[in-house]
Amino acid sequence: MSRIALILGPDGGADRVVPPTGATARLTLLTSAAMAFLAVFALALSMAAGRVATTWADALARTATIRISAPAGEIGPQTEAVLRVLDQTPGVAAARALTDEEQRELLDPWFGSLPLDDLPIPRLVEVTGTAEGYDVEGLRQRLAAEAPGAVLDDHGRWRRPLVTAASRLRLLGGIALVLILGASAAMITLAADAALAANGQVIRTLRLVGARDGYIARAFVRRFTLRAVIGAAAGTLIGALAVMAMPGPGIGEGFLTGLRFRGAEWMLPLLVPVFAGAVAWLATGAAARRVLRGMR
Amino acid sequence: MGQDCATLTAVQDGVVIELSDAAYGFGGEPLFAGVGLTLGRGSFHFLTGPSGAGKTTLIRLCYADLLPTGGSVSIFGHRTDGMGRDEIAAARQRIGVVHQDCQFLDHLPLIDNIALPLTVSGRPVEPQMQNLHELLAWVGLGHRAEAHPPELSGGERQRAALARAVITDPDVILADEPTGNIDWDMSVRLLTLLAELNRMGKTVLLATHDLALIRAAKAQVSARVLRIAGGRLQLAGADL
Ligand SMILES: Nc1ncnc2c1ncn2[C@@H]1O[C@H](COP(=O)(O)OP(=O)(O)OP(=O)(O)O)[C@@H](O)[C@H]1O
Ligand SMILES: [Mg+2]
Repeated sequence: MSRIALILGPDGGADRVVPPTGATARLTLLTSAAMAFLAVFALALSMAAGRVATTWADALARTATIRISAPAGEIGPQTEAVLRVLDQTPGVAAARALTDEEQRELLDPWFGSLPLDDLPIPRLVEVTGTAEGYDVEGLRQRLAAEAPGAVLDDHGRWRRPLVTAASRLRLLGGIALVLILGASAAMITLAADAALAANGQVIRTLRLVGARDGYIARAFVRRFTLRAVIGAAAGTLIGALAVMAMPGPGIGEGFLTGLRFRGAEWMLPLLVPVFAGAVAWLATGAAARRVLRGMR
Repeated sequence: MGQDCATLTAVQDGVVIELSDAAYGFGGEPLFAGVGLTLGRGSFHFLTGPSGAGKTTLIRLCYADLLPTGGSVSIFGHRTDGMGRDEIAAARQRIGVVHQDCQFLDHLPLIDNIALPLTVSGRPVEPQMQNLHELLAWVGLGHRAEAHPPELSGGERQRAALARAVITDPDVILADEPTGNIDWDMSVRLLTLLAELNRMGKTVLLATHDLALIRAAKAQVSARVLRIAGGRLQLAGADL
């Protein structure tokens, strides 16, 4: 505890030899907080888009409907042919013809209680694929051969663009995340470089009174790493709270309600301050070595 | 380990810093050449010479701030051109230097600046507090302990620099014009401090223009006077 106080305290530890830099310090804190906040959102967006894409793609692959329209007498045999084909198709978990009862329920909202028995209503077969899925084109061709009246509708026409959109969104979220992290790294590097260059005289004085390079570098590295980590931690915390404030799952499967992290995903934002700290560590160390190389 | 060996060598053959056939030039003509100088353990040397002759440069060679462009310089038995950066730092922890342009950390109070050589070498400052205050009082800065360096006069800075140079109880003291801006009484007081440290076995090299100070020193220490001029270092005669 006292060790932490020593490191965190404004006057604690050897980094007292590093002059305080008021405005720069506050700007670094603020920027890394803002960047961390944005990073958390990009992360949440990317994860959510990924989840939606997977769920939709999954559903897309797994459910389909076969519609059999044929003259009244042929519906029965063709339905049987279709079920037979499905039974032999690898990747199909279940197939079931809807009963008249069920079909009537589906149609009721549209037609009211019409005497449907008299109309040539197509027969519907519900297909559920296994996790691996089945070969849609192959199935289509076999159906065409065995039951000319059967049409396979894999819902792809309306779902596929959505899956594509969700995948693109995930990609964009990922790119945004990379850009934000890259910009933060550049910002921290610039701040460290500027601070080290501005402190050339301090570094020279330390060197002349017998400070080793490691001692000097550590003093600056500690100051900057702490600053970046504290800023990023604050930004991450606020970002995580904001994400948590979004409505959770179960309130509808819409995209906006899925922005929250799920389970172990909550650990991911923790990587943001770790990343900021690592960048600050490396950048300040490199800047310190660069300045020290110019003096004996 | 290496440091202990160095101490041993220095004690055994009694040589702390040695320049042999040393030359230095900032590009172009060498400032001086063929300089031979042996600072034995416990010796006291004055270094005089006209302005621009190279006194500061010669002193910088002695703490490896510069490497000779010819010949060699050895500190505690190690040639400076073969020393690693950490070895140089370790050597500097045993050499107290009063730089001509005394640099301090302006954001720290004087007392912390004087303790800086202790701080950077990882030695605890707390047990030395009494020493620190006595030393400050000796150089006439007892009342300025909490002042920041930019608030000090030129002479006060020089006295502070001397205090910083001796706080670690170094083996060698290299002082470059430590009395340049200081009145006569205070100069003699500083000289007395250096003479006292010399009697305790410290090696002292003191660059100064002030011949009166050198004469005054003769009563206190047996010192040799070196003169650098025209690119040569010579032992000055008794005609001072
Ligand atoms: N960094 C440098 N680059 C180029 N020339 C330098 C540099 N430092 C010193 N000189 C030149 O080297 C010469 C010797 O300088 P030095 O400081 O050693 O003289 P000095 O004997 O200490 O003089 P003073 O008595 O005025 O302090 C001077 O002519 C100076 O201009
Ligand atoms: Mg000089």
